[in-house]
Formats: sequence, C-alpha cells, structure tokens
Amino acid sequence: MRYLTDRKRAVGKGASGTGTEHHWWMSASAVALAFMIPTWLYIVGTTLGLPQQAVIATFSQPFPAILTALVVIVGMRHFAKGTEIWIEDYARGTTGKALKIAMHSLAYVIMATALYALGKMVFIGLLLGANG
Amino acid sequence: MAEAKPVERPLSPHLQIYRPQMTSMSSILTRITGNGIIVGVLLLVWWLLAAATSPGYFNFVNAIATSWFGDLVFTLSLLGVWYHYLAGIRHLIWDSAKMMDIKTAELLGWICIIGSVVLTALTLIIIHL
Repeated sequence: MRYLTDRKRAVGKGASGTGTEHHWWMSASAVALAFMIPTWLYIVGTTLGLPQQAVIATFSQPFPAILTALVVIVGMRHFAKGTEIWIEDYARGTTGKALKIAMHSLAYVIMATALYALGKMVFIGLLLGANG
Repeated sequence: MAEAKPVERPLSPHLQIYRPQMTSMSSILTRITGNGIIVGVLLLVWWLLAAATSPGYFNFVNAIATSWFGDLVFTLSLLGVWYHYLAGIRHLIWDSAKMMDIKTAELLGWICIIGSVVLTALTLIIIHL
C-alpha cells in the first residue's frame, strides 16, 4: 500500500502536466498587457516617422522607456507561452519540442534586442542632455 | 484488459470537417492575430535598434518602416493587436463563467471583429492628429 493521498497521485497526470498554471499565467499577463497597450500604442504611433534625434529623445525619457521595456518583456513572454498552445495542437514529439524552443528563443532575442536598444537610447539621451 | 499499445489519436481541431461558425472562426482569429503580430514587433524592434545604432542605419531601416510596406505591416499589426486585445477580454469574461450562451458568445465575436476595425481607425486618427 502506498501512503499517498488521491490528490498527490493525481497531480501532474493531466494533459498539461502543470494543472492550470499556464492558463493562469496567460490570464495575468493578458490583464497587465491590457492596461499597458493603449498608452504604448500612442507613444509608438506618434514617434514612428520622426527623425532619429526625436526618436531617441522620446525613448530616453523614463516613462516611454520603462513602458516599452515592460510591454516587450511581458508581451514576448505572453507570445512565447501562447505559441506553446497551438504547437501542441498541430505538432508533437521532437518537432513540437523544437518548435517550442524556437519560439521561446525568438521571443528572448526580440526582448534582449529591444532592451539593448532602449538602454543605448537612454544613454545617448543622457549624453545629449549633458552636452546641451 | 488494458491495451499497452498506444492509440493513434487525431490532433485536436478538425478544421476540415467543422462547418465555419462565428465562435470557432473568432477563436481561430485570436490565434492568428496573436502569432501574426510578431511580424510588426520584429519590424518595430529592428527600427528601435537602428535608432540606437547610427544615422546611416536608422535612415535605412526608417525608410523601410515608413514605406508602403511598413505602413501595411504596422496597420495590419495594429488591427491584429486590437482584435487580440478584445478577444482576450472576451476570454477573461468567459473565465468568470459569464456570457457563455451561444447567442451572447456570437455577439461577442462580432464585437471583437467590428471593434478591432473601429479601434484601429481611431488609433490611426489619434496618432495622426
């Protein structure tokens, strides 16, 4: 006889393997994005098409820089974990794993690139501010 | 007796045999928009990187980002963002076990589709003011 409760025996045996954790995480990040996206769209939309100096001036300010960083970090995690679900519907085994790794990697590359660009623009903004 | 042999089960959505319905189509659109937005994100982050790199590189990427191609990518991405936004809220509503009867679910589908077009137009108007 095994001294395990029914619950303990059931944990991890469902289709997801992790219960509702994935669903809950997607819901929580969705709410975060819902609050951030409208303002962020306005900032990006009004900056796109401006000369380089103006673009740097916008994204070196605290609010646009922090908001963009948050949208990219939360957005790319939401994207990567979201792709897992359709991959599970259409691919399995090694193909599925490879696709998931590829999507997570793409998301992290985008995240790192955006953070690098933001950091550099903040730095350039500081230098320009110090000179002017 | 339990068979040890694994059963070859079909993968989930049997798109070929289902009649298109508002609920299924609006759900598939959620997936398509969620994934499709990545194209706009790629162009946008490339543009951010260029702005942080050099005037020459910025001019090159900015020319693409502000060309008809860039306008097309960003406008479709904006439409995708708003659709996914509304469809996401719809899922949050459903998660609280509300508005799940078929009539209301179909109405919410129409709200997502029409709402995304309206919000895209509004966004374009506001950012061009």
